[in-house]
Amino acid sequence: MSFVEYGDTIKDGDTAIVFLGHESMFPVKVQHGTVTQTKYGVIRHSTDLIGKKYGSKVTCSKGGWVFILHPTPELWTMNLPHRTQILYSTDISIITMMLELKPGSIVCESGTGSGSLSHALIRTVAPTGHLYTVEFHQQRAEKAREEFREHGVEHLVTVTNQDVCKNGFGVSNIADAVFLDIPSPWEAIGHAKSALKAEGGRICSFSPCIEQVQRTCLAMEEYGFTEINTLEILLRVYNVRTISLQIPDLGKAAEDNSSSGFDSSNPSQQGSPCANLQQGTVQFKSGVPLREVVGHTGYLTFATKS
Amino acid sequence: AMEGGGSARIREGDCAVLKRDEVFKAVSHHTLLCYFRKIIFEKQWFYLDNAIGHVYGTTFEVTSGGNLQPKQEVEETTTETKEAGTDNRNIVDDGKSQKLTHDDIKALKDKGIKGQEIVQQLIENSTTFRDKTEFAQDKYIKKKKKKYEAVITIVKPSTRILSTMYYAREPGKINHLRYDTLAQMLTLGNIHAGNKMIVMETCAGLVLGAVMERMGGYGSIIQMYPGGGPVRAATSCFGFPKPFFDNLHEFPLSKVHSLLSGTFTTETLPEDSALMEEESNGLAEEKQTSLQETEEEPSTEAAMEINPTEEQETMDINTEDVEFKENKEKENKENVREKQIKQWERRKKLIEAAALLREKNADGLIVASKFHPAPLLLSLLEFVAPSRPFVVYCQYKEPLLECYTKLRERGGVINLKLSETWLRNYQVLPDRSHPKLTMSGGGGYLLSGITVVLDKSRSESSTPEALKMEEPSSKRCKLQDPPC
Repeated sequence: MSFVEYGDTIKDGDTAIVFLGHESMFPVKVQHGTVTQTKYGVIRHSTDLIGKKYGSKVTCSKGGWVFILHPTPELWTMNLPHRTQILYSTDISIITMMLELKPGSIVCESGTGSGSLSHALIRTVAPTGHLYTVEFHQQRAEKAREEFREHGVEHLVTVTNQDVCKNGFGVSNIADAVFLDIPSPWEAIGHAKSALKAEGGRICSFSPCIEQVQRTCLAMEEYGFTEINTLEILLRVYNVRTISLQIPDLGKAAEDNSSSGFDSSNPSQQGSPCANLQQGTVQFKSGVPLREVVGHTGYLTFATKS
Repeated sequence: AMEGGGSARIREGDCAVLKRDEVFKAVSHHTLLCYFRKIIFEKQWFYLDNAIGHVYGTTFEVTSGGNLQPKQEVEETTTETKEAGTDNRNIVDDGKSQKLTHDDIKALKDKGIKGQEIVQQLIENSTTFRDKTEFAQDKYIKKKKKKYEAVITIVKPSTRILSTMYYAREPGKINHLRYDTLAQMLTLGNIHAGNKMIVMETCAGLVLGAVMERMGGYGSIIQMYPGGGPVRAATSCFGFPKPFFDNLHEFPLSKVHSLLSGTFTTETLPEDSALMEEESNGLAEEKQTSLQETEEEPSTEAAMEINPTEEQETMDINTEDVEFKENKEKENKENVREKQIKQWERRKKLIEAAALLREKNADGLIVASKFHPAPLLLSLLEFVAPSRPFVVYCQYKEPLLECYTKLRERGGVINLKLSETWLRNYQVLPDRSHPKLTMSGGGGYLLSGITVVLDKSRSESSTPEALKMEEPSSKRCKLQDPPC
């Protein structure tokens, strides 16, 4: 297994995803002799994991079961240990497409952060591309290197511990794309431009605040970028539910004088909603929105180097 | 294809995209191969010949002769006086503030005066210009530039450009799949080099092209198709190198059930109709590409596009030479032999595709079609390995609700998610930043999930325990207990 190539069976040293149920999962480092505790009991790596097919059901010691999944950057994003706020797959998807990334692409990124986007970028540019990622926090840079190693992708990425605004990305004139997720992206636009190839390179800057966006757009213009475009993208998830709605009692059409509208003195209506319910409900399937959703992550500004 | 080093240059036979402001238009390699590389784009007719040899990304102006000329870098002419008003309380829109008439402007254009100069003239001859606020002046100048200073950029095709283009120009052809939704599919589906993908789409081949781009020629794709053959009009716009197509297979939907039940054979192929379909698909493709190039032209102008096959045929019918008839007979025999060879090759490819599917180890499934997704999903998932993602697109939400329910009954899938993305573009200018005025009302819906090892025992998948895997228990109770 690796994050850039599918494998069929679980091997010692793999990072696998343990799926317990609705949106409940966690990553696990597969190792001979170790055990993993879950609420359904213990998973013994040597007997329960190693050699099993990815996607298999594994019964835990208490009797409950889980599924073991092959890692993907998307699953990793949902389960990685956060060192910083991360980018989620919704933003990652549009970034990947708008930067025109594909196998062989050379990408520069800063800051590396928790490596959420990094893993997705590496997956997309593999096997012939490369990610140059810059992180100014020493421990985070080191943690990122460690994770890339564990995930079998270290040959596709170079982590540099420096300040991109002062020292750039460490490469010139070769990048197909540059991505910025830093507090002051306008200070890195010049460096981004020199890292990018001569013509047609793409740039993206992610900023939560519109003021940052304004300064960045101005800088992009000053440095001669074209096709400057800012957008935002949000995910709307729907829960599929079977809904039952009660049919209201509108009384009888004829005979009764008191039949028009609700009459509290009408004995047939008092305390009988349940009885009506047995006869009068309508069921239907609906895609129900969640009560609370993410309303904002950040603005994405794209441009082309001319 | 251009790798590393210098920037890519526009060559004969390339697939390119014309860009003017926010509008894109694909130019097929047919056009860049023809003698008369005449094209219409945004109400302008011009020849593409001069574009050949220039670097992609070059901006051109259209000369009065209809030729392309690289745009010179000119100093931005700023209006000398920074005179501007404070608001529009006294500006009356009576249509009389511009002193130049239509004829005056036409005369300027005919004289060959550059767009920049025309805009300058318009500003000088506008009585209200200096009363406008600076912002209003800015907006005015932008508007006039857009009309008179038309520059066209020639860019390399990509998923980004083609998906935006199709959504803007021909959304019906792609089931109103908005480009950000397509972006989600590619990521959720973990499309990457080396995959073995199953793709079922009726989006003119745009989705297929996007998948191919993300696979970079590595791995393999089996495209499922309805009717006689897959439509790949949009796929050809990407300009992929030939090797990309070596591992692209296709398989007819009409044979899926027989393949799943083990009764698949190539004997009952709709061969002749398939071949005929291929030819008509080919023509349809040409028609489609000329659609891309001729916009809303009156049919007479569309006929101007050179179509060698049609011309050849009319020539044949008109000639009555005896010798010619003999040659024609020979030709017919050769044609029959050619057809037989083609048939044999088709059969061979079909068997190959069937073998690939039978392995039931695909790394993913993408569905984006005009058909109801449920039967497609339920049958095509059989060919996918466990622990692999699948993504289904539908223009409407309701069919995906059905898919969700059916998948729950079937089992063998987890992490089902029904979603759509909301997309908004912004205008960012100093003191004038705000979302743009119009936005897309909807870009379609996605149902995504991950396969797991399928337990054939039905009881397993509908136990309360199995259900717990999918729905948060508290919500389940609330909705199923009738309110009393």
